[in-house]
Amino acid sequence: MGKAKQIVKNFTKYNNLLYELVKKNIKLKYRRSYLGILWTLIEPLLTMIVLTIVFGTFFNKGTKQFPVYVLTGRLLFSFFQSATKAGLKSVSGNASMIKKVYVPKYIYVVSSVVSNFFIFLISLVVLVGVAVVLKVEPTIYLTQAWIPLIILFVMSLGTSLILATLSVFFRDVEYIWGVACMLVMYASAIFYPVEKIIKSGKGWVFNINPVYMCIANFRDSVLYGVPMNMYYCVLSAGIAVVLLVIGMVLFYKKQDDFILYL
Amino acid sequence: MKNNVAIKVKNVGMRFNLSQDRVDNLKEYMIRFLKRDLHFNEFWALREINFEVKKGERLGVLGLNGSGKSTLLKIVSGVLKPTTGYVQTKGKLAPLLELGAGFSQEYTGRENIYLYGAVLGYSKEFLDEKFDEIVDFSELGEFIDVPIKNYSSGMKSRLGFSIATVVEPEILILDEVLSVGDKKFRRKSEKKIMDMFDKGVTVLFVSHSLEQVQRICDRAIILDGGHLVAKGPVDKVARIYKNMTE
Repeated sequence: MGKAKQIVKNFTKYNNLLYELVKKNIKLKYRRSYLGILWTLIEPLLTMIVLTIVFGTFFNKGTKQFPVYVLTGRLLFSFFQSATKAGLKSVSGNASMIKKVYVPKYIYVVSSVVSNFFIFLISLVVLVGVAVVLKVEPTIYLTQAWIPLIILFVMSLGTSLILATLSVFFRDVEYIWGVACMLVMYASAIFYPVEKIIKSGKGWVFNINPVYMCIANFRDSVLYGVPMNMYYCVLSAGIAVVLLVIGMVLFYKKQDDFILYL
Repeated sequence: MKNNVAIKVKNVGMRFNLSQDRVDNLKEYMIRFLKRDLHFNEFWALREINFEVKKGERLGVLGLNGSGKSTLLKIVSGVLKPTTGYVQTKGKLAPLLELGAGFSQEYTGRENIYLYGAVLGYSKEFLDEKFDEIVDFSELGEFIDVPIKNYSSGMKSRLGFSIATVVEPEILILDEVLSVGDKKFRRKSEKKIMDMFDKGVTVLFVSHSLEQVQRICDRAIILDGGHLVAKGPVDKVARIYKNMTE
């Protein structure tokens, strides 16, 4: 009882720190660049154009709304990638601070995932713009778009907690994760249509990739205007929760040892 | 914990792993694990430390270099978790150890007041309210809107000190002399700390200077090689320490 109260008290006490760290991450990301936060919009737009030209034109896969298809996949994936990569480094990167002053350590991981989520939300403006230009009609199913995003957020947080803990003890994790991210990217159907893959009997790749499940459900909501794939929804939510629980338990058990290895 | 006790240190031990070749990659770990070559060079920086500090008491921690003083401070301030035993503290704690840990170099002084304040657990409202007081005390004036990577080290520690002491703590943890900034600022900061003493703050003060401890503290303990070898009124402990060091 007393302990639970203590945890809640600690949580609220450091709310302000969480807010300040998120603000810092976002503020410093674009400080000293002329266009500043606009890069959050320009960068995915440029990537979308490149990917559309390469895969839409050269390989002749283009439908008119292919750019939206690419953009949705790329935005969600790059949130997952940048959040987990930042989360992975959040503990070892703040070593000097952890060694000197007491702050609940989960704050470092949570703040880096949250700040990436905010940047991601800002970048959704591009999607709205492109969708309007390409006349993607909004439907009632647009209202379910937040569900895959929340699932992806929880998944990123859980993954980050696991990776942050591991990387304190084994610095290799950073490099392994870089390669793993690439694998996830190619298996997430960001710039190729899925039908062909499924037809050739290799659709199982998508059924084991929770990031793709979120992307697919997001596309159903904003691009195709159809109900979400409930199987994907439940499965990806389940995986996200499991990752979060594993991450929290692992982090909680190992956090007192961090300082001895940093 | 009894009501009049501010800090209670019970059976505290701290073990470090001092392996020369620290294994921090997976391959190495697996190879050594299979070869059963994972030896840990253990080192106990502290062993079985027991003491209490009553409210309003000022306890000096004496010891030579490497006796475990700083480790003890880090444990009391919560940075390190002891391998054995526990520490309990009651009241608002202000560790004046590493001033400015958590400063962002890219941030201006103004932004860092809010960031470092948050690191120390202050609320935003509190910082809004105390902002002018902090800036005044730090004497930074117009430099408050300059990124602190352009500050001199004296300016940085002045800012750190001003933020850390803006609260009225019930427990103050001090390491060595507070040699902050130039002579003028040092006098000012010493005065601020003396004011806190007058208000009856509990102090844990670490030093290897006997003269300082005698001036500030009313009780003292001696650490030697991680063991607590003496505790009691400061004069008595001072005599023991003198014999030890001569």
